[in-house]
Amino acid sequence: MAASVADQRVIEFDVRTDEMLVNMGPQHPSTHGVLRLVLRTDGEVVSEVEPHLGYLHRCAEKIGENLTPRQWVPYTDRMDYLAGMNMNLGWALCVEKLLDHNLSDKAKHLRVIIAEMGRIASHLVGMGAYGLDLGTFSPFLYAFREREKILDLFEEACGARLTYSYLTPGGATADLPEGWLDKCSAFLDQFEPVIQEYHALLTTNSIFIKRTANIGVMDAEMVTDYGCTGPVLRGSGVDHDLRRDGEEIYTEMYENYAFEVVVQKDGHYPRDHTYPPVPKEAVLGDCWHRFYVRMLEVVQAIDLVRQAIERYRSADGDWGIPIKLTQKLPKGEVYLETEAPRGQMGFYLVSDGNSIPRRVRARSSCFCNLSVTSDVCRGALLADVPAIVGSLDVVMGEIDR
Amino acid sequence: MQTTLVDLLTSAGLPDPLAHVIRALVPCVLIIHLVAVGALVFIWLERKVSGRIQDRLGPTRVGGRFGWLQTLADGIKLIAKEDITPGEADAMLFRIAPYVSFAASFAAWLAMPFAVGWSGLDMNVAVFFVLAVLGLEVFGVILAGYASGSKWSLFGAMREAAQVVSYEVPLGLCVVIPVFICGTMNLTTIGEMQRGFATNWLIFHDPFTFCVFWVYITCGVASVNRAPFDLAEAESELVAGFHTEYSGLRWSFFFMAEYGSMLLVSALAVILFLGAWHGPIPIFSIGLGWTDAGGILGYLASLAGCANLILKSSLGVIVMIWVRWTLPRLRIDQVMTTCLKYCVPLASFCFLGALAWQAWIPNVTPASLPAPFGIDRAAIRESWVTRAGGPHATVSDAQLTPQTASPVPTTLATQSVPDRNIPVAGSTAPIGREETP
Repeated sequence: MAASVADQRVIEFDVRTDEMLVNMGPQHPSTHGVLRLVLRTDGEVVSEVEPHLGYLHRCAEKIGENLTPRQWVPYTDRMDYLAGMNMNLGWALCVEKLLDHNLSDKAKHLRVIIAEMGRIASHLVGMGAYGLDLGTFSPFLYAFREREKILDLFEEACGARLTYSYLTPGGATADLPEGWLDKCSAFLDQFEPVIQEYHALLTTNSIFIKRTANIGVMDAEMVTDYGCTGPVLRGSGVDHDLRRDGEEIYTEMYENYAFEVVVQKDGHYPRDHTYPPVPKEAVLGDCWHRFYVRMLEVVQAIDLVRQAIERYRSADGDWGIPIKLTQKLPKGEVYLETEAPRGQMGFYLVSDGNSIPRRVRARSSCFCNLSVTSDVCRGALLADVPAIVGSLDVVMGEIDR
Repeated sequence: MQTTLVDLLTSAGLPDPLAHVIRALVPCVLIIHLVAVGALVFIWLERKVSGRIQDRLGPTRVGGRFGWLQTLADGIKLIAKEDITPGEADAMLFRIAPYVSFAASFAAWLAMPFAVGWSGLDMNVAVFFVLAVLGLEVFGVILAGYASGSKWSLFGAMREAAQVVSYEVPLGLCVVIPVFICGTMNLTTIGEMQRGFATNWLIFHDPFTFCVFWVYITCGVASVNRAPFDLAEAESELVAGFHTEYSGLRWSFFFMAEYGSMLLVSALAVILFLGAWHGPIPIFSIGLGWTDAGGILGYLASLAGCANLILKSSLGVIVMIWVRWTLPRLRIDQVMTTCLKYCVPLASFCFLGALAWQAWIPNVTPASLPAPFGIDRAAIRESWVTRAGGPHATVSDAQLTPQTASPVPTTLATQSVPDRNIPVAGSTAPIGREETP
């Protein structure tokens, strides 16, 4: 374990060393896009980390004040571009909340299928990219192999593979094509056993455990203070998931679904009897736990999709006809958070009665998750910085918007 | 080979110095081709193997099938690339560094035998030479890191310096064990003493050599900076480490040095532990008897032995490739811990264990095979020394020939004198106790 900065100064009191200021990013292989970290290092020990943002700022929120809600959907895709469907969903629900728009059951189940598939795809990238951060390349490609299949399904449903704009205010742009559900079930059946291979390659790999266990430990108080959400929050043992604890318009989507929030309780994760046990080196709130929570959420999402497919088949009603492109919005303001793969994604909308919103704002989960970096990385080793930042699984598109 | 070539040239009318220069150039050219072609093949192999590991195909097009010319195409691309020296760099050191690295990896090959008499330079301290020269590779890396004028490069160089220097300690300890078992640092002799069935290989000599072989492999991988010990070029932390600022041909020299060293380390493992140029079943030496036949048959046997050595070394390289694409990278402190807390004590323990084994149980080894095969390591060694002897016999070897067998020069060898004081090849076989397979 890395010694703290204070210790280092005592040890190296006689041998004077100079600190070095290094730029990690924005062009760096492990900063997940264009994150720039300014590190103050003393040898291998990092004494200060300062994240710099804004390299991917595209004025999405300002653009939202010049477009109707449906026109702005493609801009939400480009926020968390690894989980475009979940971004669409957050915005769609926010607008529907303002409109007080009610969806049919079928439309809700469709959204559950799509959102949870999006979660799987996103966590697969998170897992693979984390492997890259720790210097192993192969899990990344295995993850992408499975993700490709999800993208194939998405492509069939909406025609796009990355920026879907599929879920929109009012429902979705189209119904799922014929035979799609069978393909989706087939994929899940094929995919579920593969997860054990990922556990063998990463989760239980002793080098992986050495690199992640007891690294970047954040206790529950710290993560709540910083406003961390999603797997980062649950990885520290806070039992909070908006799919269960969120606003009614969101939780009613998941009504009657059987799922357990992935969080460690009494030293156990839900269903951890089928998955590898927590290694004894791991401490709640460290990188290993954040990674493990993501892996278990993939399994949880598989369960949810299976249930949703069943319900979707027997549900009545339409698939959710989108609202008119230039639908007049009622006067008022609305804020809604949903549980995106990386945390709670909030959208804020103020309307003065036109079809174009007066104000649009987004609350990024990654932004809050990233804000812990300078606190957690202090005193860590240089090699721990990618391990810690990778375990937060940030997407710069969402942070900078 | 040394004598014949020079003799041949001088008898053809060439002046003596020129004959020696030509004689020196021949192995140089051969070895540089081995390193360069080896790098070419192994880079291609790495791509294919990693591709298959990752559910991809790897290169498929260049050169017709299997993309076997891909590396050559890349090499041409690298030659054509602009050669950039960063403004902050110390230009001269920056330019020299790749060649230092490459020269070290290349020069170590000079002392490597590929079969009996098939070596650039038949050294009686070949083991020592190879380790020493391989250790020089780190200078190239440190120079590169320092001279690049980049902080990431400096990090890489610092790590490399710490890591490689530390791992030389257990690596040296591992290498010493076959050396004292054989009583020589001459790689050709060590190789020849493993003649016979696979049970005669030094890895099966005693439990300690078996154990130390794996320590050697670990340290070898670490000393050539391959994953999971590739900290000097850890791309997720240090961009590309010491070669961040390099491009084009200079960068490819680092690459060639890396693959050259990989092959070298695994060839050394093969010679020290895995029977060198002897196959698991002695077809040529015992079955056909070509090895000692001399002439064209002896040449063919040596050729097969050379192919055998290269094949076994390549398998070692494939294992390194396989490991690289499977495991995550260790952290620098964990790398040092692995070295100081596991490799060094383990190697030391094996060293003492093998020493004790050698002193007290010299005959209970698979090496002392019964008479029908005529295999007796000491006898083989002495017969080889006699055969290769003459004017070029080394001092230490000369001291060990039957006429001057005692006193044996080193204390280490003294402990294994009982093993040695047996009649020379052709006479009676050593009286072995119970065979332990």
